Amino acid sequence: MNVNQSAPPLPPFGQSQPVYPGYHQSSYGGQPGSTAPPTPYGAYNGPVPGYQQTPPPGVSRAPPSSEAPPASTAQAPCGQAAYGQFGQGDVQNGPSSTVQMQRFPGSQPFGSVPLAPVVSQPTVLQPYGPPPTSAQVTAQLAGMQISGAVAPALPPVGLGYGPPTSLASASGSFPNSGLYGSYPQGQAPPLSQAQGHLGAQPPQRSAPPQASSFTSPASGGPRMPSMTGPLLSGQGFGGPSLSQPNHVSSPPPQALPPGTQMTGPPGPPPPMHSSQQPGYQLQQNGSFGPARGPQPNYGSPYPGAPTFGSQPGPPQPLPPKRLDPDAIPSPIQVIEDDRNNRGSEPFVTGARGQVPPLVTTNFLVKDQGNASPRYIRCTSYNIPCTSDMAKQAQVPLAAVIKPLARLPPEEASPYVVDHGESGPLRCNRCKAYMCPFMQFVEGGRRFQCCFCSCINDVPPQYFQHLDHTGKRVDAYDRPELSLGSYEFLATVDYCKNNKFPSPPAFIFMIDVSYNAIRSGLVRLLCEELKSLIDFLPREGGAEESAIRVGFVTYNKVLHFYNVKSSLAQPQMMVVSDVADMFVPLLDGFLVNVSESRAVITSLLDQIPEMFADTRETETVFAPVIQAGMEALKAAECAGKLFLFHTSLPIAEAPGKLKNRDDRKLINTDKEKTLFQPQTGAYQTLAKECVAQGCCVDLFLFPNQYVDVATLSVVPQLTGGSVYKYACFQVENDQERFLSDLRRDVQKVVGFDAVMRVRTSTGIRAVDFFGAFYMSNTTDVELAGLDGDKTVTVEFKHDDRLNEESGALLQCALLYTSCAGQRRLRIHNLALNCCTQLADLYRNCETDTLINYMAKFAYRGVLNSPVKTVRDTLITQCAQILACYRKNCASPSSAGQLILPECMKLLPVYLNCVLKSDVLQPGAEVTTDDRAYVRQLVTSMDVAETNVFFYPRLLPLTRA
Amino acid sequence: MATYLEFIQQNEERDGVRFSWNVWPSSRLEATRMVVPLACLLTPLKERPDLPPVQYEPVLCSRTTCKAILNPLCQVDYRAKLWACNFCFQRNQFPPAYTGISEVNQPAELMPQFSTIEYVIQRGAQSPLIFLYVVDTCLEEDDLQALKESLQMSLSLLPPDALVGLITFGRMVQVHELSCEGISKSYVFRGTKDLTAKQIQDMLGLTKPAMPVQQARPGQPHEQPFVSSRFLQPVHKIDMNLTDLLGELQRDPWPVTQGKRPLRSTGVALSIAVGLLEGTFPNTGARIMLFTGGPPTQGPGMVVGDELKVPIRSWHDIEKDNARFMKKATKHYEMLANRTATNGHCIDIYACALDQTGLLEMKCCANLTGGHMVMGDSFNTSLFKQTFQRIFSKDFNGDFRMAFGATLEVKTSRELKVAGAIGPCVSLNVKGPCVSENELGVGGTSQWKICGLDPTSTLGIYFEVVNQHNAPVPQGGRGAIQFVTQYQHSSTQRRIRVTTIARNWADAQSQLRHIEAAFDQEAAAVLMARLGVFRAESEEGPDVLRWLDRQLIRLCQKFGQYNKEDPTSFRLSDSFSLYPQFMFHLRRSPFLQVFNNSPDESSYYRHHFARQDLTQSLIMIQPILYSYSFHGPPEPVLLDSSSILAERILLMDTFFQIVIYLGETIAQWRKAGYQDMPEYENFKHLLQAPLDDAQEILQARFPMPRYINTEHGGSQARFLLSKVNPSQTHNNLYAWGQETGAPILTDDVSLQVFMDHLKKLAVSSAC
Repeated sequence: MNVNQSAPPLPPFGQSQPVYPGYHQSSYGGQPGSTAPPTPYGAYNGPVPGYQQTPPPGVSRAPPSSEAPPASTAQAPCGQAAYGQFGQGDVQNGPSSTVQMQRFPGSQPFGSVPLAPVVSQPTVLQPYGPPPTSAQVTAQLAGMQISGAVAPALPPVGLGYGPPTSLASASGSFPNSGLYGSYPQGQAPPLSQAQGHLGAQPPQRSAPPQASSFTSPASGGPRMPSMTGPLLSGQGFGGPSLSQPNHVSSPPPQALPPGTQMTGPPGPPPPMHSSQQPGYQLQQNGSFGPARGPQPNYGSPYPGAPTFGSQPGPPQPLPPKRLDPDAIPSPIQVIEDDRNNRGSEPFVTGARGQVPPLVTTNFLVKDQGNASPRYIRCTSYNIPCTSDMAKQAQVPLAAVIKPLARLPPEEASPYVVDHGESGPLRCNRCKAYMCPFMQFVEGGRRFQCCFCSCINDVPPQYFQHLDHTGKRVDAYDRPELSLGSYEFLATVDYCKNNKFPSPPAFIFMIDVSYNAIRSGLVRLLCEELKSLIDFLPREGGAEESAIRVGFVTYNKVLHFYNVKSSLAQPQMMVVSDVADMFVPLLDGFLVNVSESRAVITSLLDQIPEMFADTRETETVFAPVIQAGMEALKAAECAGKLFLFHTSLPIAEAPGKLKNRDDRKLINTDKEKTLFQPQTGAYQTLAKECVAQGCCVDLFLFPNQYVDVATLSVVPQLTGGSVYKYACFQVENDQERFLSDLRRDVQKVVGFDAVMRVRTSTGIRAVDFFGAFYMSNTTDVELAGLDGDKTVTVEFKHDDRLNEESGALLQCALLYTSCAGQRRLRIHNLALNCCTQLADLYRNCETDTLINYMAKFAYRGVLNSPVKTVRDTLITQCAQILACYRKNCASPSSAGQLILPECMKLLPVYLNCVLKSDVLQPGAEVTTDDRAYVRQLVTSMDVAETNVFFYPRLLPLTRA
Repeated sequence: MATYLEFIQQNEERDGVRFSWNVWPSSRLEATRMVVPLACLLTPLKERPDLPPVQYEPVLCSRTTCKAILNPLCQVDYRAKLWACNFCFQRNQFPPAYTGISEVNQPAELMPQFSTIEYVIQRGAQSPLIFLYVVDTCLEEDDLQALKESLQMSLSLLPPDALVGLITFGRMVQVHELSCEGISKSYVFRGTKDLTAKQIQDMLGLTKPAMPVQQARPGQPHEQPFVSSRFLQPVHKIDMNLTDLLGELQRDPWPVTQGKRPLRSTGVALSIAVGLLEGTFPNTGARIMLFTGGPPTQGPGMVVGDELKVPIRSWHDIEKDNARFMKKATKHYEMLANRTATNGHCIDIYACALDQTGLLEMKCCANLTGGHMVMGDSFNTSLFKQTFQRIFSKDFNGDFRMAFGATLEVKTSRELKVAGAIGPCVSLNVKGPCVSENELGVGGTSQWKICGLDPTSTLGIYFEVVNQHNAPVPQGGRGAIQFVTQYQHSSTQRRIRVTTIARNWADAQSQLRHIEAAFDQEAAAVLMARLGVFRAESEEGPDVLRWLDRQLIRLCQKFGQYNKEDPTSFRLSDSFSLYPQFMFHLRRSPFLQVFNNSPDESSYYRHHFARQDLTQSLIMIQPILYSYSFHGPPEPVLLDSSSILAERILLMDTFFQIVIYLGETIAQWRKAGYQDMPEYENFKHLLQAPLDDAQEILQARFPMPRYINTEHGGSQARFLLSKVNPSQTHNNLYAWGQETGAPILTDDVSLQVFMDHLKKLAVSSAC
């Protein structure tokens, strides 16, 4: 209901705003991100033209899903028809899509909001809004049970898989709907599964018949619509796959629907659409896996069950053969369902505590006062009022924050608000920034801070009258009063040394030891850099990037290059005093690309030649970072170092490392040392880097052990990334490396950042995970932060929360933009609070939960034996579910595993986490790989962890 | 017999030796009563166009403690083919090559006119000369430009096979690699960190085969490449490269904020230069040439901080112990100088700046290694340019006037011992039977190392007569001294020059007149002055003056003729007559007086005083004054204020300055432009004459003197006025009536007053 209300008139500031990613369209090597993925898609994707016409991302971003809203607009009154329309849209994809697309980017996103989505949305969202009645709850509970004859349904370990096996036999126990009747047949259609908390609603009742109506085409005919999801939306999968393309051992992360979908004829799927529509809302609630016959990705790990058996949990009383894979909740199905149900409607953030669509779903966000889920996702959008409740439920309260997340082109990036010399308006006591939740009182002369309740004066220049609802008249003219995310221009008080920063710099630091030369890396890299330096990130509509570049090569000494534009030839300066690193030159080291192009090109031409005959195999590492950092310090700017490194730094220098790889330590108490850095020197160095705003991105090309655990300390603490290409060979790894490099160099990045998360009274941010450094308990310091980096924040209660006022988060990020502008980015999010555990369980987000738990566990391995970590995870999961069963579910037989609707994938995903390389390495996984993955996951966002832990499997041939 | 003057002159021309005494008192006791020690000024490489070197090796005395070289003073038994060493009396067999000798067939070294002889040693690998430029880049733009041009010019003057290297410094120190194509490479060092030689060599990659690039060409044993080849290259190979490199040299790019001095890492740069050569070419002739335009302001060897508001130390600060960095810096440079000397390299310092540049602290680098020290106002002056050019001047044979890595050994007959040496040398600490226990100058050794020397380098060598009074030398006995100088000639040959001299002994009691007559007052003055300057380096100025005065009084007492307590009766013989006057001017000279001189200037003056030959040294002590007038040809006049007359032009040569001074009338005439009128052409000639003479001096002298052309009342006339004897001052002007000359406004004592006091003291029996 409030959604309707909050559909605001168009704010005047909704006008065209520079969109960052715009310059991607300069067709540098095609679209940077999507170069790799399209090929596999293309293979089977022929019939769907929309996806392949990718090149301009702006266009590709307008998939049929976005096409749906207008369609449904037209059909608004009749939801069914809307759906049908969708199907047709699918068929006539080409023409209609172009029309729509022009409309979208062209017209203001805010302007186009008006009616259609709003009208249709409530139907979707309503069920979430009203607190469920007790009747609903019970119905729900019933729906959520997984009945099983197996006794140990809830043992702390190995749960989850046991029970579902017995589904077939237990089918009789489903009391309340015919729906369940379809289960035993093992081919329950995907759309018709159980009903979650909507169970009580009328549409659901009608679902079963419909479901049964398309159970028959097991061939996958009904899959068609779901197939359009992943294919057309593209985004959902494209994103994650690109951002983590270099996992060592993970298969290509594209998510594909199971094989059946592939094989299915791409023809129109006519009949089901109409029938589907009513069931549409039920999708959310399917309590367990679709009873789909062929489900290849379950088949292999499951029935074989060797890994399962090897888990140290209590013995499974049932022989594995009794597990029924079909009974397990299917992530694929859940993803598809969410996509179908929620992908078509924009997600409007006006209401408090709304659970956003899954990360795998491609949806648009309309910012109406809360930060987009692209910026912040929470484990639960309804948090317990008291810490007792929270303890009881054991559901971690965490937010995964991606402050500089990239937005699809249809969504405007946050508005920049300039408050002039006075700077942003803040609460005097808690220093929270002005946000939509602040209450103006006394006719607008004062405002009450929503975080600490302090009453503050409104400065005269900011004064505005209030309307009859107590809202400021200019609320919609001011982003900070009406939006969840916005930026302030920072004043000089927010700058280091009270001086506005200079534009940042990129320094490329290239290992030129024997290995790097021999593998062809140096030649490849220098060749690439020549063109890549034209594509440095720039701000808004800037003609050219403000970022300056510098070059260093090194083996066991460092070579700096003077590439001043006035020189005919670059000059090399060798610094061999690695014990006491310094920067030998000031003028001419960091240069503007366009001014010094000739010299830079000449340099990059000569580097491979100069070292072609090198025999130097020893390298240094810490001095290289030190040098880069000193260079930035000398130039008085922040910046980023791109290190291309090949081997364990054994040369005599600070940060020298030993080969300490010892596989015998695995599964011992000392295993944790493999993840810990060898020396504290790198922490110290990282601290200095952070102080200077020096972010380090590390590209590793090892042929053997390089001690990633130690080398990654600095990137990790400075907000950088680590890439690893084991046994790099130009022929094989060129594509992967170059696309990573291009993406890494081009991505928009903020420097010298400090992030602080403020919360309303009652909860407090207590723990942080990610690639950053913290010198105190509240400020997250990031030397660099790009659009892919995520900070996960855990909250704990320190007081009672109030159901009415809810809980508020404000994440403020102070950073220097890539043009050297100092800014504050503010994200606000309001959450609901509950006194009923059921509300908590109904508003959880499993993907986010897994993201948090994985990060928690991966940090745990630094200090505890891996087995302990695994056990902790399992215990926590069991407790979450046990609490649910005890407090929320209706009584059922002891053998049943009851999963809350929102968490039905929790056991599956958790198992994936448990089996990941870090927590349970296979024989061929190296120590470096584990350390690499460990740090990689630390700054992953939800979409990435989702696909990382549950990789999609795509058959490329007809079986 | 010729006069002693002729004898002395002849000896100097032949052997490059001037003794204070040419007849030696035969006992220790008497020798000490002579006041002026037995000593000599030795110019080891005095140019001898008439002395072609012999192409064989010298014959040595076979006694291991002696090893004196066969010389004309040895007794030779031609039949037995034996010779007796005149120092230890060992009888030695001639080597086989000498079988053919006889009274009529003597080898050169036995002929009396070859008391000085030079041998060329053929064995041993010859290594090229090395020139390592160490260039300050914290200069003004035009200064740097001028310096760059001078350096580029010098490349054409170097021997083509000489190795050159380039180190530049400012805030950082860069060692330039000269062998590379395309990208120019340099190794950079932090200017604040002192590095050991080992560290420097490690960092420059000199310890291992630095360029692993040398692909093993199997079977082809290529010659051992110089490991340092990257930094030191033959001039002919990298002439163009280096010219370009110098051309591209930029001023130090690090910003210098208002009120600060540029950060200049002279100490580290020098340390790296020394370390580079130490590791690669020990004991090879090498010059490190430091060009600096200001004081070292950071790192080891810093002389002053970078705050301009804190001025560089003055003598006042030093006396008040207020010079914060001086001790530490001096220690740093001394350590470097000693290392350099050990390796046989020399360090030149070319310091051009208006303010001080820290020569006081750095002086030892040049002093101990025999390097040059040049002080100028700017690199963009002819003073620097021509001086620098003159370093590469050539002698009559077309060889460079420089020699390297010399060791000077002194052997004496048993009545004598060597007490020490004063000059651009370091002790090699070789004890031997002829080393005296008393030290005068650098003593305690019979060998010294002189890393760089030229034909005018002159050492003062001091002896002690050790013969006891009760063991008289037989009548007609002679004492002998042999100077053996081994050095690397600029043609890279190793050579040995041997000078053997002998003087008669005389009993001081019976033959005092002989000894007196054989006194060389010029040599004595210089030798005493060297002792005084040497003392002044470590002692307070007044103490040194007192010591000099006492010596002078004692000498007068000993050799003057007077009646007790009657000053008017005091007379000195001719051979002593000028000595007190030398001492008078020495007392006033900048070598002993620091007033009006900066510490750097004092160091500079003393540096040159300790190495120039007798003539130049005397000019330094007592400048020469020539007078030009219409009354006659140019003539030398007294260095006295009475010589300053209105109708005279004066030319004063103080070694460091050439001053042309126009008398009052002359100046007015010139102002009136008479010289341009044809009828006054003689006036034009008169004006021109001193200029021509000055040019002549300027052409010949190293370092080039400061050339000052001034006139009566001109501000620069102070150079003249401060030197002349103030016979007329404001105190006595009217007493002298309206006589000629110009009064000097000073309270300094005049020569007359000095002499009066001297006489009074000499005749008094009190002391």
